[in-house]
Amino acid sequence: MNLAVSARALTKTFQNGGVHALRGVDLDIRYGEMTLLVGPSGCGKTTLLCVIAGLLDKTDGEVTMLGQRIADQSARDRVAFRRRHVGFVFQQFNLLPALTAAENVAVPLIAAGHKREPAVKQGVELLARLGMAERATALPRELSGGQQQRVALARAVIHQPSLIICDEPTSALDAVTGQQVMQLLTEVSLREDRAVVVVTHDSRIFDFADTIAHMEDGRVERVVPHGAPARRVATPT
Amino acid sequence: MHFIALRMLTGDRAKYLGLIFTIAFASFLLANQVSIFAGIIKRTASQIVDVVDADLWIMDPATEYIDEVKPLKETDLLRVRGVADVAWAVRLFKSLPRITAPDGRFRQAILLGLDDATLIGAPHGKLRLGRLEDLRDPDAILIDYAGYRYFWPDGELELGRTMEMNDRRVKIVGIVDASAPFATFPVVFSRYSQAVLFVGRERNQMSFVLAKAAPGVAPAALAERISQATGLTALTGDAWAWRTMKYYLKNTGIPVNFGITIGIALIVGIVVMGQTFYLFTIENLKQFGALKAIGVADRTLVGMILLQALTVGVIGYSIGMGICAAFFEITKHNLPTRGLVVLPEAFIGVAVVVLAIVIVASLLSIRRVLVLEPAVVFRG
Repeated sequence: MNLAVSARALTKTFQNGGVHALRGVDLDIRYGEMTLLVGPSGCGKTTLLCVIAGLLDKTDGEVTMLGQRIADQSARDRVAFRRRHVGFVFQQFNLLPALTAAENVAVPLIAAGHKREPAVKQGVELLARLGMAERATALPRELSGGQQQRVALARAVIHQPSLIICDEPTSALDAVTGQQVMQLLTEVSLREDRAVVVVTHDSRIFDFADTIAHMEDGRVERVVPHGAPARRVATPT
Repeated sequence: MHFIALRMLTGDRAKYLGLIFTIAFASFLLANQVSIFAGIIKRTASQIVDVVDADLWIMDPATEYIDEVKPLKETDLLRVRGVADVAWAVRLFKSLPRITAPDGRFRQAILLGLDDATLIGAPHGKLRLGRLEDLRDPDAILIDYAGYRYFWPDGELELGRTMEMNDRRVKIVGIVDASAPFATFPVVFSRYSQAVLFVGRERNQMSFVLAKAAPGVAPAALAERISQATGLTALTGDAWAWRTMKYYLKNTGIPVNFGITIGIALIVGIVVMGQTFYLFTIENLKQFGALKAIGVADRTLVGMILLQALTVGVIGYSIGMGICAAFFEITKHNLPTRGLVVLPEAFIGVAVVVLAIVIVASLLSIRRVLVLEPAVVFRG
């Protein structure tokens, strides 16, 4: 099976077991696909995302990412693994306000030890592909919400990760901009050797999904193949 | 990641400047107060420091510091001269007579009576006007520049002016740059035989014996032997200066006064810098969280925080020291503050203190970032 992430009987509790965030999640995320995690607030979507990405430790069960058991790795190895293989798009963009757009894009490369100048140059080139060449030297506060999210998207893919994790990428954007960002996300991110996971409440972007996993009360209740109709329309052959 | 750390630091101009101001202020206050404190305490020993041609000071065993003197007997001078390895020994007289200008203005003065034959104890190399040899003229005195300017604030320096020392006439034959004394009294030099006539007669008049060790003899060892042989206290110039300074440190409120100011500077530095830097980090927690999520190692984040704190520390310290140096450059030309200079030791000491402040301020921030869960960035 061509799996980027595999979770089995995954549980996560907080406050010494007082709060059950995940109650035995089973989920497969395939390469070359965009998987949406949907469900009501508090159902455990973001917690699942954090456990998959190795940002939170699981309580029980098993999770494999890119063929590796993250939980078995040391903290240092986990950070290095994340740096190499995972890209993030956050709900609030989380751009560094003192850096220009291109510098923000270059952060994962610089964190991986690349020299500043070539990394920023790569950032400028990537922004140009996203239609933001003229905004490469702008600070985040000088950008609109949609532009900021495009910068965040570029930052998530610049180091060629195998897994891209997006947390509510359109919730801070209006409908049109949200659609544009999702369009770009699919264009820039989706490849045969990469998987994209998106946590969202926004039903307007469901049509970009290959698979939709519905969560409720800490469990994945059902996984529905969706076929990404929006992508078929938006990217004509 | 260094440039990211520095850009994060300078991105919030108000906080950045606030941090620098705090360190600059604390550095300035520390270096300034330590230097003034050291300068004032050093002034208590100014007459000792100015005697460069004698190795040893011999005095009554009960003498605690230079400003309170019990006279020695004339025979004590002969006893000191009788100790082996004493190259020479001469008298020195010290008293506080009143000196009065022709217009009636008067001040208490520090009078030093120098050995008539050798003029040992004179401020060699510090003559601003006149000749040391003229001190051998009748009624001749040397007066320090600050004292001269008290009586004649304006105009050219002029030799030959006459004054009254207690009720005796004296004539100024030289003006010297004596080290500033602790009290703002003029410093006056005359011959010993003349000086004793200016003040009320006692059976004994000699304040100190100044002595020189024979070539190759350690002054400290000789001082020990003089003390044993004569029952008097014999000290090297340095030891005597320290004893005088320690007296003032122990018996006046000066250290407490300066200590409070220095303490305030330390508290301001540590608390304000620590708090401001901590708040700066707290406000950037999301950014640090994003960096953690992206895969920036804790070690790198610690390095970034230390770099930010060190940058603020170095810039603030440099500005503080610059202001401090400028302060003393300006004030050293004023008579009341002459001789007060910034101490190199204060520069080094303040650098160590600023480093400590920076480290203390960083520790709280580092701890906060290390315990930060990167998952925080997913909480909208």
